[in-house]
Amino acid sequence: MLEATPRDSVMERHALVANPAKTCQPVGAVYAALGVHGVMPHSHGSQGCIAFHRMFLTRHFKEPAMASTSAFTEGASVFGGGANLKTAVKNIFDIYDPDVIAVHTTCLSETIGDDLHAFVSAIEVPEGKRVIYCSTPSCVGSHVTGFSAMAAGFVEHMAEKTGEPTGKVMVVPGFVNPADMRETKKYLEAFGIDYTMMPDTTGVMDAPMTGTFELYPKGGTPLAEVEALGDAAYSFALGTWASAGCANALKRKHGVDFAELGLPIGVGATDDFVMALARHADHRVPEALEVERGQLVDCMIDAHQYLDGKRVAICGDPDTVIGLVRFVLECGMVPAFVGTGTPGGDFAGAVEAVLDEAGFDRAACWYKAETDYFEMHQRIIQEPVDLLLGPSLWKQIAKAEDVPLVRCGFPVIDRYVHPYIPLVGYKGALQLLQRMADALMDRQDRDCEDCDLEFVM
Amino acid sequence: MPGTTKVRSSREAVVLDERKASILEADGCAGPGIACEQASAAGAVSQRACVFCGARVVLNPITDAFHIIHGPIGCSSYTWDIRGSLTSGQDLYRHSFSTDLSETDVIFGGEKKLARAIDQTVEAHAPNVVFVYATCIAGVIGDDVGAVCKAAEERHGIRVIPVQAPGFSGHKAQGYRLAGDAIMKLIGTTPFPRDKARGINILGDFNLAGEMWIVKNYLAGLGIDVITGITGDSCCDELACAPQAKLNVVQCAGSMTALAKRMERDLGIPYIKVSFYGIEDTVSSLMRIAEALGEPETVERTRVFCEEQTRLLDPVVARYRPRLEGRRAAIYVGGGFKAISLIRQFREFGMDAVMVGTQTGRPEDYEVIRSLVSPGCVVLDDANPSELEKFMLERGADILVGGVKERPLAYKLGVAFCDHNHERKHPLAGFVGVRNFAEEINSSMNSPVWTYV
Repeated sequence: MLEATPRDSVMERHALVANPAKTCQPVGAVYAALGVHGVMPHSHGSQGCIAFHRMFLTRHFKEPAMASTSAFTEGASVFGGGANLKTAVKNIFDIYDPDVIAVHTTCLSETIGDDLHAFVSAIEVPEGKRVIYCSTPSCVGSHVTGFSAMAAGFVEHMAEKTGEPTGKVMVVPGFVNPADMRETKKYLEAFGIDYTMMPDTTGVMDAPMTGTFELYPKGGTPLAEVEALGDAAYSFALGTWASAGCANALKRKHGVDFAELGLPIGVGATDDFVMALARHADHRVPEALEVERGQLVDCMIDAHQYLDGKRVAICGDPDTVIGLVRFVLECGMVPAFVGTGTPGGDFAGAVEAVLDEAGFDRAACWYKAETDYFEMHQRIIQEPVDLLLGPSLWKQIAKAEDVPLVRCGFPVIDRYVHPYIPLVGYKGALQLLQRMADALMDRQDRDCEDCDLEFVM
Repeated sequence: MPGTTKVRSSREAVVLDERKASILEADGCAGPGIACEQASAAGAVSQRACVFCGARVVLNPITDAFHIIHGPIGCSSYTWDIRGSLTSGQDLYRHSFSTDLSETDVIFGGEKKLARAIDQTVEAHAPNVVFVYATCIAGVIGDDVGAVCKAAEERHGIRVIPVQAPGFSGHKAQGYRLAGDAIMKLIGTTPFPRDKARGINILGDFNLAGEMWIVKNYLAGLGIDVITGITGDSCCDELACAPQAKLNVVQCAGSMTALAKRMERDLGIPYIKVSFYGIEDTVSSLMRIAEALGEPETVERTRVFCEEQTRLLDPVVARYRPRLEGRRAAIYVGGGFKAISLIRQFREFGMDAVMVGTQTGRPEDYEVIRSLVSPGCVVLDDANPSELEKFMLERGADILVGGVKERPLAYKLGVAFCDHNHERKHPLAGFVGVRNFAEEINSSMNSPVWTYV
């Protein structure tokens, strides 16, 4: 497995990405658009793009992911995709009857200079329907920034201000699983905060089995709530890369202030979220959450001797990775290698802030944005680790180096149930703690001599 | 589109007017053919992939090749180790490499970056061949990928083969043709003396779940040499030997017929279409290969072998037929030939196909399909999900055979599923494949999980 990875030294590459730790913006835009009810995500590009995006989402969520395409031909790529978009919009409203078509661009439509604003302005849209759009060229950012762009697109095109405050807060949950969104809602509800989560893929990408297939499943942020966001009192953006853009858009457009927080992964980050909610609601922390926190800490103490000093390599999406680094530090583990494929933003600064907060020597942690799995593999060969943390994309490396992998983040394409189990909040951390400890202790049991097998651990 | 009903759930699925020519109901008699091999309609939720995807899935199983995707990152991420092809040699092909074109590259051009990427690749990995796939924007920004590859070939003395595969230039089948052209560059066009030719090439088996090995083992036992598998578990040196074959057998006709025709024209190698799915097609394919090679002893040995293997499957058929008989199958796969085999294979277990569709079937495939299926079966080309759900529900399908995008759709409708594509769980080819297929469709259709829906 992976015999091509040099084992004697770390090979530098400058023009070639090998085994990418990111994918392109449009798939994030599709995921965000699926989180608003009654929306058809639409890819303005070649038909293959959307086939890939639907496949990517289906492989992770094990759910149908509906989205349409402008199906560019050679003609469209020369003369522009305006005519294709016009036909597409008509066909989509005629047949699939969404309330909104959420168009995102691709590398092709951006490169040939398609002007979506002009196109959409010239298209006749049926009464009561809308076409919104955002710009997501694949040669910029990653799937994470694409999610952010589409979430911001909803705010820019749909949020209105009537002047009558709703008193609600907007919560942008991050590029996370539906289970994480459910868990996040639990916190807001515990404080009695009236909120609109946007996007919200609960009920969409974790829809229950009913025996029928719904094009627009029950979940997703209701459109009326998206429209009312202009009158919101405040926003919480969970995640700098995936969520802050949307909160920023609402601030720019309607002056709604926001708090930018990390994804609430682990004790400290969840505490930060809880305290931000407590301040906003002017409410003491509900006992139920205090109990959950106490249980998490209790279990961390129980397990700490098996986790302490264990070397971990973490790769994935930046918001998730930062949260994971913080949590493994809280468990006494060593974040030996930390990477993301997503470019842009201050990833190094964010990692350093977490390391410094924990009093962990920066020099003992290798961290890098715009890395890839090939590079992560080379680092691990030089200085082996005990555990890998992140998406299924670690799989070949886990096999090649015989290191246990605890799957979390995106994508998990080779296991079931993941989108239904939260990673955020105290409960999410508890699950992750259990899986990390299981992985390490299973490994110890497997590898030890018979005489050393601990019956009671 | 006046008069069309709108669709929001499986209770009200309908068909777009523009799509009606691509759907027909088998009625047992000849009529106007199905509309196929066309571009997907704008606004469609097509299940079909693009030119680049078609090219990469065909070339990817070449185990010692280095595949560089020249374009923004997505196309590389989505096709990383995509196929589930197994290797007995190197595993270079299980990586995914890309020039990851950024905004700056789009403005200033990506040729230099590509050249550097190839240089670094050759330095670090010394591959036998590099395939460079130009995706949507490489041509649009004016990169001359052909020239970069040619210069790199001269610089490094290895094959650097451009695959000009912008996604908008057609659909998946166009990518198959491009892959065929690229393979020809490795095979070469120097004919081998026909009187010295021996053995066969197998075209269009990608060694998913080790299927190429199963077929090769059968043939080895019958004394038939397999010179080259194209492209499952192949390597460059093997491909270069392909001209020595006496016969080409084409398994995945959708992807490989064009290459077979070209090898016939340039190298004088005749071809036959085969299929190793199901007892009937496996037997007839092995027999036709033996007969085409023209050695009476081989023919006899093959006949005995097939009889023996078929007999060994009798208990399998006897065991599963009662559990499967009378159930209804829906088929939605890539190419026409596989669909045809599946119709026959279901029949071996007493099951009728009630819906048959393909992404890239050709008119002649659809003619065969129409002649095989029972009246009332819906035949459709490049279907979208709402058509699939409509016909599966209408015709009461008990199981769908398809690929990754179809699976959750079937499950949502309470319909069992068998992956006959990249993510197949077990080898489905050959006699052992019949057993696996029966086990798989039985375990899905008769699983207790459906009773809780």
